[in-house]
Parts: sequence; structure tokens; C-alpha cells
Amino acid sequence: MTTPAGQFTGTQATPPVPAPAEAVLTEARPRQASDPPDSVVVVLAQLAPRLGDVATNLERHLAILGEAQRGGGHLVVFPELSLTGYFLKDLVPDVALRLTSAELATLADACRGIDAVVGCVLETEDARFHNVAIYLSGGRIQHIHRKVYLPTYGLFDELRYLAPGDRFRTFSAPLAAAHVRRAWSAGILICEDMWHPSATAILARQGLEVLFCPSSSPGRGIGEGVALGTSRSYDHMTRTYAQLFTTFVVYVNRVGFEDGVGFWGGSRIIGPDGSVLGEAGGSDEALIWQRVDLGALRRVRLAYPLLRDERHDINDDESDRLRRRRLSD
Amino acid sequence: MSPIASAADALAIDTGVVTRILCGFVHDEVNKVGFDRVVVGLSGGVDSALTAALAARALGPQNVVPVLMPYRTSNPASEADARAICEALRIEPVVVDISPQIDAYFERHPQADRDRRGNKMARERMSILYDMSWVHRALVIGTSNKTELLLGYGTVFGDQAHALNPLGDLYKTQVFAMARALQLPERVIAKAPSADLWEGQSDEEDLGFEYAVVDVLLYHLVDERRTRGELRAMGFDDDFVTMVAQRVRDSQYKRRPPLIAKLSARTIDREFRYPRDWGR
Repeated sequence: MTTPAGQFTGTQATPPVPAPAEAVLTEARPRQASDPPDSVVVVLAQLAPRLGDVATNLERHLAILGEAQRGGGHLVVFPELSLTGYFLKDLVPDVALRLTSAELATLADACRGIDAVVGCVLETEDARFHNVAIYLSGGRIQHIHRKVYLPTYGLFDELRYLAPGDRFRTFSAPLAAAHVRRAWSAGILICEDMWHPSATAILARQGLEVLFCPSSSPGRGIGEGVALGTSRSYDHMTRTYAQLFTTFVVYVNRVGFEDGVGFWGGSRIIGPDGSVLGEAGGSDEALIWQRVDLGALRRVRLAYPLLRDERHDINDDESDRLRRRRLSD
Repeated sequence: MSPIASAADALAIDTGVVTRILCGFVHDEVNKVGFDRVVVGLSGGVDSALTAALAARALGPQNVVPVLMPYRTSNPASEADARAICEALRIEPVVVDISPQIDAYFERHPQADRDRRGNKMARERMSILYDMSWVHRALVIGTSNKTELLLGYGTVFGDQAHALNPLGDLYKTQVFAMARALQLPERVIAKAPSADLWEGQSDEEDLGFEYAVVDVLLYHLVDERRTRGELRAMGFDDDFVTMVAQRVRDSQYKRRPPLIAKLSARTIDREFRYPRDWGR
């Protein structure tokens, strides 16, 4: 169910609205009796944002949201920093939005009949800049996740420009457009957050059903027989987290190049049993449409009651002991 | 298998993945600055052949302007090889004989040694490529590989001057692997690498070691950051490691922009840090 990417490649100033005619038609059909009662059509927007150009990126977001809504999508997930591009350096304060920014109001307004996860830089009143992913639904901001782990090693330099978040919280994702019987319990981890398994564990303890992972992962590692090194790492992580925490994982990585660094895409959605439900399978711009059956959560958790059996008391006791030891050192 | 030979496995690459990334790189970075063509100096060697081949794949053969710039003492086989590459890639060569401008300059400096002449030729070729860039509305694409960049085996503001460099993160050994994968003419792959700056020049004689050996060392020294002890255990001679490490250190200036004396609170490239793709 991948939209042919050739329809909107590159980073043109006025990109054509993606018109994934064939793929949409397969999803745009009215709900049928054979569809699971609680199912949601998730659209993964694997884009190449234009670096530092919020206005152009916003236009593309609006176009894709409109297209997704018309095509029967209920939720669109955009990559990390989808409104700004990634290697911003000193552009961070120039592209930062505030909660009161018109751009966010416009996006929220576009999310009345569809939900969305978008990425941007958010500035606080005291001039701190956070790399955030925002969940929009019902015409308003439902949740903001501030990236906690800001990679500052190798080709990364996020802590120089950005302030870290300090929490991992689940939230209620309404998905009203899908007419599901109850909201989804969702969590967001941005790229590097995923490399710290405690983050997913903390979310899972709060009752995680779907994990959104917007990403701007630069491709590197060209050794023979491993495909791309980074893609292999994320293949392991997305499937492992989904299976161990019996949750859906929606991984959306950007594509395109910035300052010669290529982002490898590979956006995918994983079921709570660790199986790949749909993926882009490439580094071109693409929309991936995937109908997700929420009933799978119950079925998998009946077969693998890992969350039921989790010993939080041991985790708490050991954490307390380690904290006391740290304080007494 | 000797430890060094087994260490060489680390240089094996997935040529399909690399081709996809490098074609994407050329296409994206050329287009986003408003160009659709590139100009490349074609020497007849494997680096420029691979660069031209990648550009032809990324942009279409009609958008690659290969410039052949022989000097009167250049090996005629070099130009023949360059023409064979053009034929294979279906690209139309532009030929500029640099002998008149080189000879006119060195008439006044007859005592100039061959290194000085070689560097001058490299810079004349650079100035011609940038002139062709203007003529053909095409971006200058470079051909320096990671081995020569790390060893400083190139002319600063000569062959090291260009807008984009697709091969700069590939060791020479990996360039050969890519050239084979893209099925470049065998004669170009098989011949001994040479900058052809004077008659009979050979890179490996010039450098004093073989690419196949130094590439493995550089990979473990630079990419893997192995210690001297680890390199010794792998079978690398201490003196060789010291000599190569020193070459890398001594040529660092060639890989950096010129130093700017710091005065203000926001000095270019120190606190003033914007992406090169700013506004692109």
C-alpha cells in the first residue's frame, strides 16, 4: 500500500500535492462489513522537508492532510522536525514556533477530521528551544513530546542548539474520524529517544498501545551484506519494542539530503506481535497507507501476557536501592 | 590468512546501497542549488571515471560535461582512456589542451621542479573547470577519494577545489569496487593509478606504499579509531603506522577552510554556524 514515490520527489519550492490515486482508492472505499470493528487507517508521510523553510513545509503538511482525509486516512504521522528540516544549526531560533504561532493554529485547524503527529522546534517563554512532536486532533493540540535524548556525538550536535525534554508520558489519541469505540493510548519517542529502552518501558507502564516514532535518521554504514547500518538498527528496535511491549510501533523517517547527508527513510508500521504490517522499503518520498486493526492488541496480549506479568515492584525496589546507593556515595 | 588480509574485509561495501546514496546525493545537492548539470575533469583514471558515471546515472548523460585537459607530456593513453569512458557513458567530451598556458608561465621559471609544475597544472585545470562551469551553467563536481584526502595527496585549490564531492568518503579500494560494480571500462580499472603530472608517474611509487595496504590501515586508524597496540596486533608495522598517521595530521590544513582571526563574539564558522544548504 505504498504510494509510488515518483509522484512528488525532490524538494521543489512548490511541490505538487501528492496525488496517490491508486493507493488512495484502495483505502478510500467505505467501511465494509469485513473490516475489523476497531480499525484505523494510518498514513506514514515519508517526506524530505525543505531545510529552514517552515512556510513551504507547512503547505505540504496541509496538502497531505487534505489528501489523507479525502482518501479515508484517520491519522497522518510526519517525521521528526517535519516543519523545519533537521541540520538547522543556527537556524533553530529562526524557525522556532511558539504555542501561540499562527502555523500551529493553522495545522490544528486542518486536524478536525483527521489526527496528525507533526515535528517542529518549539520555543519556551524563557528562550529554550525544544525538538518536539505534537499530536493534533479535534482542532487542537492534544499532546506535546519534547525530545529527551538529544544526540551530541558523531555527526549530531543537538545539545548545542536545543534543550532536552524531561518526561515520557502517554496520552489519549482520540482518532474520532475512525469512529473507534475508545481513544488509543499513545506515546511518542523522537529518534534518539528510541535508543534508550527505559523510555519505551516507562511509556508501556502507563498503558501504551501505539508508539509513534518520528525520526530524522541519517544513513551511514555501507558494509557488505548489512544493507545500510542504520536501517538495520532501526529494523531491530522497531520490531523488538513492538513485540516486547506488545504495542503498535509507527516509525516515520524522513528522506532527502541536507549538507550531503542522506536520510534513509524506511518508514514502517509494526504490529504488537513484532510483524511488519507495512513499510516504505526505500529512500524516496512516499505515503504509506495502512489499515490497523486495534483488536490485534487484545489477541496478542492474550497470547503473550507480558504486560500483565511485568514486575514493576521489582523495578521500583531496585531503583530505590540504586538511588539510595547513589545518594550515599 | 594474515591478520592484515582479514582486516581488509572491513573495506567490503554494498555497492548497490552506495550507488543509490551517491546518485541521490548528486541529484539532490545539484538540483537544490538551481543547477541540473555538472562539469567534471576527466583524467582517464578511475576516480574521475566513477564520478562521471555516478553523475550520468543521477542526472542523465546529457547533463554531464566531461572536460579532458591534457598537457603535452601527459601519457597519450590517459586521453584515450578518458575518451573510452565518455563513449561508455555516452557523454560528449570537451578537450582543453593546457600546454600553452602552462608553458607560457614556466618560460619565466625554467628552474621550476616537477612538483611545482604539477601543482600549477592542477590549479590551471581547476580554473578551467570553473570557467566551464560558467559556460555550461554546470556545477563543478570533484573526484577526490578518502585515501588521498586523508593523506593530503592532492593540490589544495587544485583538484581539491570543487562544489560537491561524491567520492570523499570512499577509500581508493572501495572506488575500485564501485568502478567494477558500475562496469566501467576494464582498462581504466586495471591500470596503475597515476596523477599523470609527469611522465611515468605512479601514485603508489610516489606515496611509497600500496593503496590496498594503506586503505586497510586508514580504515582501522580513522574509522575504527584503533590504538597503536591494536594495529600492531593486526600486523601493521609501527613505523608505517607512524608515517601514515603523521601524513594525516600534517595535511589537516588541506581539509579545512582558511583560518579566520577571531575578534568578534560571532566569528564565521566558529559561532556563526549555518548549514551549507541554508535556504536551499
